[in-house]
Amino acid sequence: MHESPSSAPARALKPETLARAPGIVAQYPQKRSATMPLLHLVQEDRGHITKEDMHWVAELVGVTPMQVLEVVTFYPMFRQHPIGRRHVRVCRTLSCALRGSYALMENLEKSLNCPRGETSPDGDFTLEFVECIADCGCGPVVHVDASMHENVRPEDADKFAAQLKATLKDPAYGQHPPVPGTPEWNG
Amino acid sequence: MPAVERPLIYANLRKPGYTVDLDCYLRHGGYEALRKAVALKPEDVCKEVETSGLRGRGGAGFPTGMKWKFLDRKSGKPAYLVVNADESEPGTYKDRQIIYKDPHQMLEGIAITAWAIQAKQAFIYIRGEFIHGAKILERAIAEAKAKGFLGQNILGSGYSCEVVVHRGGGCYVCGEETGLIESLEGKRGYPRIKPPYFPAVLGLYNCPTIVNNAEPMAQVKHVLAFGGAEFAKIGIPGDSGTHIWGVSGLVKRPGLYEIEAGKATFGELLYDLCGGPLDGRKIKAIIPGGSSTKILKVGERFKGKLANAPSSTGRSRHPPRLQQHRRVRHGLGTAAPSSSTTPSR
Repeated sequence: MHESPSSAPARALKPETLARAPGIVAQYPQKRSATMPLLHLVQEDRGHITKEDMHWVAELVGVTPMQVLEVVTFYPMFRQHPIGRRHVRVCRTLSCALRGSYALMENLEKSLNCPRGETSPDGDFTLEFVECIADCGCGPVVHVDASMHENVRPEDADKFAAQLKATLKDPAYGQHPPVPGTPEWNG
Repeated sequence: MPAVERPLIYANLRKPGYTVDLDCYLRHGGYEALRKAVALKPEDVCKEVETSGLRGRGGAGFPTGMKWKFLDRKSGKPAYLVVNADESEPGTYKDRQIIYKDPHQMLEGIAITAWAIQAKQAFIYIRGEFIHGAKILERAIAEAKAKGFLGQNILGSGYSCEVVVHRGGGCYVCGEETGLIESLEGKRGYPRIKPPYFPAVLGLYNCPTIVNNAEPMAQVKHVLAFGGAEFAKIGIPGDSGTHIWGVSGLVKRPGLYEIEAGKATFGELLYDLCGGPLDGRKIKAIIPGGSSTKILKVGERFKGKLANAPSSTGRSRHPPRLQQHRRVRHGLGTAAPSSSTTPSR
């Protein structure tokens, strides 16, 4: 099992995370089904999943920690390492690629000062390519934390990067579902 | 005749001011089809869906009514309904709209389907990346439960069904029904071997399970609203209802187009509705149904299992119109043409 690269021990999970867990387990006819929802819950709390978290999940759903690790390592969305404050995912699948997502990525690497697949030195951004995120009519699309940004043209990378930097000061960013007329609504 | 849209599923969600809350849905005739369904016997609801000729929208185009018939009802084990909203086929983005803009329409279809197959528990397996989508659905479920459209004693019928939203983990293979079931059980999403693991017999928790795509769940509502025989008149024999075509790539107006099944060619779709390729380009090839289908080059004849209407890409009206191309219908994956174009010289 990979250790967290940070030397400081991971903090405890928030009380509301702990409080929500039993309700999630109770939704399922078999407890083990709650593995993924609990892992999502942990990751939303601390940004990644630690070894201790996996032990906690294993105990709640009645499997071995190894069986939880199997799940964590299978699904691309789960991570065992901390990432930047904003997780920037650029779609590289065909529809977006035709619309210029590779050029967009190159420009974003410069604008965000962050090589693809890595976290920027200031810890603000983690920049990655991802596969199709199901918003193909509005390519290139960029998924940032919980928010979708559509029609991000390569030539607008600087403007887009500035917009993302501004969101670092906005605690409400990505917290609420979109409203009509905003991205994720245009299809 | 140029291709025209026939919005059925997208009819409401495209109206300005249409919102995701239950009140708005009820103002637009919401849950009337469910009322109709619970007044019928479950087997009669199944019959309506069979008569309607509705087919799956996940790519294989399997008749929905027949799928429900295969459900093992003699085992005595509980039956489960699993809705596949793990929309991850490249080029496919139709379900996102239903989930984000009209969640109750899908929930009504789920309630009707659950009643028809007598499932007490339904799961919506949604893409992990649809973080807000999951929240919108959860809120909609809570609203529907409070008004008795889901949960305990649905519309006073004595029948109960709980719906749980389950987020995936960004894994493409979990869109395959047996992989999805494994994932829902809290394991790695490795597909199971058929036989013996046909979901209708040995599905979730080795119980009889119906796995349906999200779009037919929305269609089922309309099957009940129209009645099976009336619904069958939309589209063409053997493929009824509408298909939502998600067009992406280098066309002027990429987007989602809801068209009666079999009533438009690819050429009509790409030129009449999408405005053709971007200026200075010409169409080189299309991927008709997500990356799992064969790339079709301009001028190529379609040869497939369902090629009962094979035709080549003609040039009769607007060159290089894919005019005589195979009619847009089932058997072509998830209805997601991506157009690759090349600069014209």
